[in-house]
Amino acid sequence: MNVFAIRILMGDRAKYIGIVIGLTFAALLMTQQMSIFVGLMSRTFGFITDTSLPQIWVMDPKVQFIDDVKPMQDTELLRVRGVEGVEWAVPLYKGLLKARLSNGAFQNCIVVGLDDATLIGGPPEMVEGRLEDLRRAESVIVDEVGANGKLAKPPAVPGGKPQPLRVGDTLELNDHRAVVVGIARVSRTFQSQPVVYTTYSRATAFAPRERKLLSFILAQPAPGISADEAAERIRTRTGLAAYTAPEFKWLTVTYFLKYTGIPINFGISTLLGFIVGTVIAGQTFYNFTLDNIRQFGALKAMGATNLLLLRMILLQATVVGFVGYGLGVGAATLFGSTAGRSELAFLLLPQTLVVSALAVGVICTLSAVVSMWKVVFLEPAVVFK
Amino acid sequence: MSSSTAILCRGVTKNYGRGASEVRALRGIDLEVRLGELLMLIGPSGCGKTTLISVMAGILDQTDGDCSVLGENLRRLRGRRRTKFRGRNVGFVFQQFNLLPALTAAENVAVPLMLNGVGRTAAVRKGRELLARVGLGDRTRSLPAQLSGGQQQRVAIARALAHEPRIIVCDEPTSALDHDTGQQVMELLREVAVRPDRSLVIVTHDARIFGFADRIARMDDGHIERIVTSPDQLRTPVS
Repeated sequence: MNVFAIRILMGDRAKYIGIVIGLTFAALLMTQQMSIFVGLMSRTFGFITDTSLPQIWVMDPKVQFIDDVKPMQDTELLRVRGVEGVEWAVPLYKGLLKARLSNGAFQNCIVVGLDDATLIGGPPEMVEGRLEDLRRAESVIVDEVGANGKLAKPPAVPGGKPQPLRVGDTLELNDHRAVVVGIARVSRTFQSQPVVYTTYSRATAFAPRERKLLSFILAQPAPGISADEAAERIRTRTGLAAYTAPEFKWLTVTYFLKYTGIPINFGISTLLGFIVGTVIAGQTFYNFTLDNIRQFGALKAMGATNLLLLRMILLQATVVGFVGYGLGVGAATLFGSTAGRSELAFLLLPQTLVVSALAVGVICTLSAVVSMWKVVFLEPAVVFK
Repeated sequence: MSSSTAILCRGVTKNYGRGASEVRALRGIDLEVRLGELLMLIGPSGCGKTTLISVMAGILDQTDGDCSVLGENLRRLRGRRRTKFRGRNVGFVFQQFNLLPALTAAENVAVPLMLNGVGRTAAVRKGRELLARVGLGDRTRSLPAQLSGGQQQRVAIARALAHEPRIIVCDEPTSALDHDTGQQVMELLREVAVRPDRSLVIVTHDARIFGFADRIARMDDGHIERIVTSPDQLRTPVS
């Protein structure tokens, strides 16, 4: 009877499409919203991901996330280098500085200062120029999106397109001249500010004068010592906070989850998708059962057991669930691949697919249960009424 | 109960509702349906005909009394056992046909066979054979919506016969059909459904088909008023 159950389901084309649309919409909305949420969250720690070489991040103990910079004294670097089990440690400056564009406008930039000697912590991918070019005087490397967007030069002709910042162009960083020597591709940041890389000494020269300017210390454990163990030793010996890269990512994400309304907003959208999907699919599925109630009654009269009818309904719910889920996730993926080239944060994880699948499964189960209830308590004598 | 008895009802009552809203649909029915006969249940609307065939077909529980079908007391058969018993032994022909709209004529006929464990291919093959017997050999792949009312009722008759049940109950099988089609359907029922080891119970209002019955039981107000063997006898007053 399984084939017949599916034929009966698809025979009522309008209702079948209605149920599938409900489930597709639910799967699309849930997958899309969760993916944007995950995408946004991954942007919060994009800088940590980009700075992939060092395994340990050392910082002021009060730091709560990557952009929450609480500068330390430069002498802290020497203390960390002195900890047994630390292979090397380098300074990193990270701060928000004003760039003055050629049209006189100001633009805030994330300025990253790399260790002058090793340039550890540099961008993950160079589009133009070389990282070593940072050793030249007044040099900076600008991220591709920033160069094409917020740091772009004014149009050559009025009403034309802004001209991307190129190697050789100059800009002013906090009243200091800077020459672009490279364009880099980096992860999108949460604040969407342009990222400018330079050396540590030059970054601290660009920055307003303060007693403390050392944002982070990047460290590597000695061979044979795990990152966890080295981080623990740094914490114990220096009193500073030391995290492995995954720990620091999680600390950052946790902050955003805890102190911003982002999870609630996306949670509401996702819940809305679930509720709307449940209502549309559930109601249509129930109507489909009601429309076929005489047929179910006839089947019961002819000897179909409740178990068989329940199996048929469950199979029908499973089929619409698979079709709706497939279409919804497909549409979400299509959306994601289109949005991948835009500002929109979209990151589709396998876990998101699993959560969506479970949610669609719950919707189908709820819809099926309501229909099953009707059929189980259906008197077969209804066929004679 | 003799070996020629298909259904035996003794003191069957059926009440709907409770208290002040209680309706007594059957008020102590005594009726025997014999194997090999076509029995018609007639009477005015609301007299309990449909309730009685529902009880006799095992799809409705009586309030009191006993109803034995093929020697099985339906009161003692519960749940799944009763459903299986019904699936094996009872065929149904409904007023509104109740064919599954998404299935072809042959597939609709195959349903009772599949409910009795026959595989789909074999069941559909048998369905096609039965449709040929009822004169629809060329419409086996048609959907119910593509068939006329008379053709749909023929499919329903083929479906009722598919698993070779020993009891066939028909609820107003001609009321949705015009006169000629109704006559054809009844002729078909007599021709293909009546067998020495099978009983047909037909509920009807349609006086034009009374002549097809072996016996006619006239009901009124929840009880059998009289049983006759010819429609002419219905014209004589009850003594």
